[in-house]
Amino acid sequence: MSLVALPDPDRAVVARRDAIVEDLRRLVGPQAIIADEEGRRAYETDALTAYRRLPLAVALPSTTEEVSRLLRYCNQHDIKVVARGAGTSLSGGALPAEDALVIAVSRMSRVLEIDCVNRIARVEVGVTNLAISEAVKQHGFFYAPDPSSQLACTLAGNIGMNSGGAHCLKYGVTTNNVLGLKMVLMDGEIIEIGGSHLDAPGYDLLGLVIGSEGQFGIVTEATVRILRSAEGARPMLIGFNSSEAAGACVSAIIGSGIIPVAIEFMDRPAIHVCEAFAKAGYPMEAEALLIIEVEGSSDEIASLLAVITELAKPFKPRDVRISQSAEQSAAIWKGRKSAFGAIGRISDYYCMDGTIPLGKLAEVLVAISHICDKHGLKVANIFHAGDGNLHPLVLYDANDEKQAEKAELAGAEILELCVTSGGCLTGEHGVGIEKRDLMRVQFSETDLILQMRIKTVFDPKWLLNPAKVFPLDGREAARQDPQLAA
Amino acid sequence: MLNNMRPVDEREFSRVLIEACSTNTPLEVVGGGSKQSIGRPMQTAANISSRALRGITLYEPHEMVMAARAGTPLMQIEEALAERGQMLAFEPVNLGLLAGAEQKQATIAGVFATNISGSRRISAGAARDHLLGLRGVNGRGDIFKAGGRVMKNVTGVDLCRGISGSWGTLAIMTEVTFKVLPAPEDTGTILLLGLPDAIAVEVLCAAMGTPYEVSGAVHLQPSMVARLWHDGLRQQGQAITALRVENFTKSVAYRSERLKEYFKAYGEIHELERKDSLSLWGELRQLSVLMGSDAPVWRISTSPAAGPKVVAAITAYMDCRAFYDWSGGLIWAEVLSTTDAGAADIRRVIATHGGHATLIRAESDVRAAVDVFQPLEPGVERISRKLKATFDPAGILNPGRMYPTF
Repeated sequence: MSLVALPDPDRAVVARRDAIVEDLRRLVGPQAIIADEEGRRAYETDALTAYRRLPLAVALPSTTEEVSRLLRYCNQHDIKVVARGAGTSLSGGALPAEDALVIAVSRMSRVLEIDCVNRIARVEVGVTNLAISEAVKQHGFFYAPDPSSQLACTLAGNIGMNSGGAHCLKYGVTTNNVLGLKMVLMDGEIIEIGGSHLDAPGYDLLGLVIGSEGQFGIVTEATVRILRSAEGARPMLIGFNSSEAAGACVSAIIGSGIIPVAIEFMDRPAIHVCEAFAKAGYPMEAEALLIIEVEGSSDEIASLLAVITELAKPFKPRDVRISQSAEQSAAIWKGRKSAFGAIGRISDYYCMDGTIPLGKLAEVLVAISHICDKHGLKVANIFHAGDGNLHPLVLYDANDEKQAEKAELAGAEILELCVTSGGCLTGEHGVGIEKRDLMRVQFSETDLILQMRIKTVFDPKWLLNPAKVFPLDGREAARQDPQLAA
Repeated sequence: MLNNMRPVDEREFSRVLIEACSTNTPLEVVGGGSKQSIGRPMQTAANISSRALRGITLYEPHEMVMAARAGTPLMQIEEALAERGQMLAFEPVNLGLLAGAEQKQATIAGVFATNISGSRRISAGAARDHLLGLRGVNGRGDIFKAGGRVMKNVTGVDLCRGISGSWGTLAIMTEVTFKVLPAPEDTGTILLLGLPDAIAVEVLCAAMGTPYEVSGAVHLQPSMVARLWHDGLRQQGQAITALRVENFTKSVAYRSERLKEYFKAYGEIHELERKDSLSLWGELRQLSVLMGSDAPVWRISTSPAAGPKVVAAITAYMDCRAFYDWSGGLIWAEVLSTTDAGAADIRRVIATHGGHATLIRAESDVRAAVDVFQPLEPGVERISRKLKATFDPAGILNPGRMYPTF
């Protein structure tokens, strides 16, 4: 499946590969450069495995200065660069190119400073998401954004994609939790944005860089907010006879003034697969399931869960189960967080990530099932209901080329549906390669040029993360901006 | 072109800006004009206001989202939210009052254009964290949109954040869409009296390190307490350190008790019930403690623990009264007027301790002579200048308001 066109590599660069590799070795040491085919093979794709390209070479720098030397060299020699964290992108954000150097920050994974008084941690961005929380756990703190891949994914990738997670309903996404960055621009200049205080001065470069999908520079260090953990947290499960009832219940809860720390939704196919995997006690007969988690003291938790139970009653829940132990809570979350993996064990799937206004939930779910029916495909829905961030998993057989193509078509139709329903193409996975050609569904040409000009500000030669995010045609107007010559 | 233009739709904004761009005509961009005397004074040919663009265009309380035309008065927004038990969680402070404007002047776009957040910033995020989408017109006259109306959106470059806090220098917003949150059922405050700054900020930081979700953590020096509107509090006559808890009534009671227990070693602890709590935090939002004087006021953001050091260092150079917000990380410092409003010394102090400082209140000749906004590091400055150039190539939108060169 490869509906999204990848440009032909620059043959001149590919032809110079050996010489370039020699130069790179001199710049950062031979141990930091992977040039053999087998070694490069490990970097040929990310979690969007339908797309694969063998990179020109892979660099594994250990310091910001090494990143700077690499970028300065690539900028001088017009070599494209793809930044990479752990390669868990679901949108192909870290997909390499044959004429591009992959710079993976995985060796830069130190926690540099933990400051509980000021509630910050300063880290190198190759650190995994979960490792930040692990590092501050002993002090009673945690780092809030929690993508499902948090065991593996790096903060670098989280910054690139502005990642969210199940608990961002209450705590926000990456951009709300980062105070400062050290980054290297394409010309090798090292800049620092923000710091350990709130709200950096001047324009919000931090806000522009976070979520820029490796288009603006390579971030090497970050200062993140850490938060004190709640006294306790407990999830409950509510099973419904229909997705509509579950969706209406979500609206009722939020309308009541309660913001649970998470509200997750699963439909019947997802419930079955996840239950088989995690044995979490999910209600197998329900058509739709909500996992709702609240936080506080045990009294507060009990009273909030009682209120939510009451709020759910008009929607005729068929099962209401409150977790009775830490083990049950862990199993409930294990089922949810491993949902993609669990479904991956029974089928190939194409994971969509559109967001919709909550009020449209029921009708959009119906329309999604129509789209998949039309293409003869099955779909499982698992998503963050509190903020309307859908994850329809379109199931298909990757060995069947026709089916794979249909899955991609169905996916595109689902995303267009999200946009026409008042939502967007991607809530947390990013545009990457996958949704690049759908950007015009959401944005006008003017909107896109405005965004692309900002790319030109940071990366005048457009060498960073090539062929991603912006449709390939129509880039010239933003690249040739005379205003940016200075 | 006329003075004081008030276009009625985005097409008219576009026409005006296309012409201004082609004739290099600098314009002062205003909403209701409440913050007009903040920033560097400008030389402009005319002013262009979004105040004719009024009205709430979308409100879905169950989706926690509202959209409004740019010039909709903040008061109207907050009244509509209050009717449905909701609020702007970032609690925008009323900067305009400081600048001598009337409270009713502030517009919703002005709030986002200046990214000014109040005490709840520490728990709920900044104004820009709540801005989901916008429509606007840049300095080329291009009508564009950014973001959307949904809570999670990572599609493309996050222009909303880029534009929020740009003080009208990149684009004129015509409509904004923002996240709204349920107002808490109850509010309580615990107070400690007479603490010196360093100890007070220690308390504030420790409180933020508890699991009780403190949503306001402030310390007022005695000179600031003397200006409170709340009679009972003003008459305390000594420094006040206040912690706010907002939640369901039972939780407020429980959490306040825990906090009282936690901090009992710091002296007698007083408690404000809902009414007095709302009154105190309400007047802090109006920056009451900075009223009744026209001395220069600086707004300084730094690491919380560095707050008292910053104030002590400033105090070594000049008479300084401080109101600490954000658990010590935000300092509103009123300084004895000098020719440069203390700029040279304060910039030096910031360079030592980290953070950034903005001169909020000062005579215009002072604001013309000193850096009002924090000077930027060279790399950041260069990118910022280019950003300005791409949005506004002719430099017609609030030229020089933030920085002298762009």
